[in-house]
Amino acid sequence: MLMLEGLSKTYKTGDAALRDVSLTVPKGQIMGLIGPSGAGKSTLIRCINRLVEPTGGKVVLGDVDLVRLGKADLRRQRRRIGMIFQEYALVERLTVMENVLSGRLGYVPFWRSFLRKYPPADIQRAYQLLDRVGLMEHADKRADALSGGQRQRVGIARALAQDPELLLVDEPTASLDPKTSRQIMRLLTEICAERGLPAIVNIHDVPLAQQFMQRIVGLRAGQVVFDGTPDQLTHEALTAIYGAEDWNEMRRGDEEQTRAEADARDRMAALAR
Amino acid sequence: MTEITHYSQVWSYRTPRGRLLLWGGWVALVALFVWCWQLMTKDTIWFFVADAPRQAADIGGRMVPPRWSYMDELWGPLWDTINIATLGTLGGVIMAVPVAFLAARNTTPSALILQPVALFIIVASRSINSLIWALLLVAIIGPGLLAGIVAIALRSIGFIGKLLYEAIEETDAKQIEAIEATGASRAQVLSYGIVPQIMPTFWGITVFRWDINIRESTILGLVGAGGIGLKLQASLNTLAWSQVSVILLLILATVVLSEWVSARMRHAII
Amino acid sequence: MSAPAYPTTWRRPPQIIRDRRWRIAIQIGIVVYFVLAVGTVEVNWARVQAGLERGQLFVLGFLQPDFTSRWRDISQGLIESLTMTLTSTVVGVAISVPIGIGAARNLAPRWVYYICRSIIAVSRALQEVIIAIFFVAMFGFGPLAGFLTLSFATIGFIAKLLADDIEEIDEAQAEAVRATGASWGQLVNYAIQPQVMPRLIGLSLYRLDINFRESAVIGIVGAGGIGATLNTAIDRYEYDSAGAILLIIIAIVMVAEYSSSYLRKFLQ
Repeated sequence: MLMLEGLSKTYKTGDAALRDVSLTVPKGQIMGLIGPSGAGKSTLIRCINRLVEPTGGKVVLGDVDLVRLGKADLRRQRRRIGMIFQEYALVERLTVMENVLSGRLGYVPFWRSFLRKYPPADIQRAYQLLDRVGLMEHADKRADALSGGQRQRVGIARALAQDPELLLVDEPTASLDPKTSRQIMRLLTEICAERGLPAIVNIHDVPLAQQFMQRIVGLRAGQVVFDGTPDQLTHEALTAIYGAEDWNEMRRGDEEQTRAEADARDRMAALAR
Repeated sequence: MTEITHYSQVWSYRTPRGRLLLWGGWVALVALFVWCWQLMTKDTIWFFVADAPRQAADIGGRMVPPRWSYMDELWGPLWDTINIATLGTLGGVIMAVPVAFLAARNTTPSALILQPVALFIIVASRSINSLIWALLLVAIIGPGLLAGIVAIALRSIGFIGKLLYEAIEETDAKQIEAIEATGASRAQVLSYGIVPQIMPTFWGITVFRWDINIRESTILGLVGAGGIGLKLQASLNTLAWSQVSVILLLILATVVLSEWVSARMRHAII
Repeated sequence: MSAPAYPTTWRRPPQIIRDRRWRIAIQIGIVVYFVLAVGTVEVNWARVQAGLERGQLFVLGFLQPDFTSRWRDISQGLIESLTMTLTSTVVGVAISVPIGIGAARNLAPRWVYYICRSIIAVSRALQEVIIAIFFVAMFGFGPLAGFLTLSFATIGFIAKLLADDIEEIDEAQAEAVRATGASWGQLVNYAIQPQVMPRLIGLSLYRLDINFRESAVIGIVGAGGIGATLNTAIDRYEYDSAGAILLIIIAIVMVAEYSSSYLRKFLQ
């Protein structure tokens, strides 16, 4: 379980990115974080594993307050939190397998990671995860040889290799096409369900959030302005988050996408016939 | 007929002030040049200068035909020259890597003390030519190959260090962030997040510097630091110009060959 | 219902040389080379040991440089170096411009192109020090030989980069100027010059910097400048004066690098 209490972040420039955010994410819940760009979504999830240092408040994972930890303790806690990034953030010049194994870095001593001599159990698990995300035969390829969707799958496998108790997901589909986006979201939700893993997913695509999330939190100017189920995300709620207009555009865009996808499917089916 | 509009018949590319500045700049440059020229040549003995064409013809006449039989004495010094360059590059790399990590903004452990020190090491090493390093080292540890190797290594630190720290600063921060998020230690972040990203640049720089070092090590012998330059110095001292031409041709061939090798290797890496 | 067994070992596949035999052969080759190379380096350890003491003296000299006792020699050498640097850069660049234009494939006739390219090749192949030896033999000791050396080396550097630049210019602009019926001279003036001028200035400033560094070296073979002073100081084991000279060189290089980057920004 993750608990945020009065979390605040003010950047050196004086911009308050987060103001007094309090949230609780219970075990197994997938929570979507929506809001206009600059609302503090990215800052919020980076404050949780302290890639960004919060200026105030508490981040309690299980029974540990992450904000108070020293460097070494923080590293030990970070391995409990898996993170998936917007542009995959794989180490491009390493192989897929090394990228997945890098999820174990917090567990192994330096010499093992340096010589790539991971414990057999870690390697077995890495293969198992690669199989789970459907990339078994790509293990020896270099990460930059994969397509966008495949890279994000490697990113997921790397996060899972950490044996995390929480997943932080930052715009997982921002650089993917609509179809691949859906596949990745489906994979993510399935995996979270299998393991009872709570997740916080930053997502700018409202329809996608409504389709896959169990709970949605709306951020605006660093404050929580909506917290509820996807069904409760009404026209008024969206206006409160995004201001007028914005989200309507998105919805229309999405309808177009679904139509286009259906169209493409039909045509492919016709070709196959 | 009345004139409806009046178009200016004078057009100039720059504003008057700009033109003035430009002319002033040129005049200042010419004046500076003339002044420097006079300072420089005040002790010149013009008799020697007038004599130069005759001297050149004389030297040229003595250089051909090259004394090819002298080649047999050159293989040993050539081997030494290549060793100076290779071992020197190796030494330079070993010293330059830590310096580069200390100098790079995103990896330096202390921006207040260690980073300026590392940057000074880089500048100092870059400002001083390997021949000067060799001159110093021959005076300190005596003539021989070792002085040459150390000179090449010291000169290489600045070159490799500078290019490498720039490469480190240009690494993709997202990849590093992702490794940090897994709970990796500092050393692990270096070896997984940064090293793979700079590896191709690193090999490119090293091979490139090795190529330059071959070039530079051919003349280190002039100050006594071993290699083929020793033979050059000896031949020059005895005015054996026909041997000098053999040595120069051999140096030229070596340099061309090393350039070819380094181009091939860099091509294979990238 | 047993889960599929996954491998428990993994080895990083080799990235560059895929054939195992080749890899081993190359590794052995490298080891053999280093054994041979290190084996032929004869080191007189007694001399090195004795030298370490002198090394200490030198480091001390570097930390407590003596600018005053040899100041006359140092200032004389500096003046020679600086004047040599400036005049040779000016002359070198002035000669480089026509040669650079001549060495550009898209501007010059074939035979001019080959002549200019071979001048560049000769200038680049020979090192400054070797050229300096010849000029000293021809023109006598002193900064004039140094000036000639640096001018000659500048030609190879500037003309090559200028020619490469001209070859890479935007053809569309040249085409447009040509279409107006411009002569060859007008073409160079209107289409080429504006495109390559900023870079030519930048390169000249960079070369100024290089020429200063080189001027410190060619003094060792008698071509005047601060290098000659340094050579004398080291020959006399006056490490504090040598340290002072080296510090001056480093300082001037730093100032030159900083101001040339500033000037380049200002001019663009």
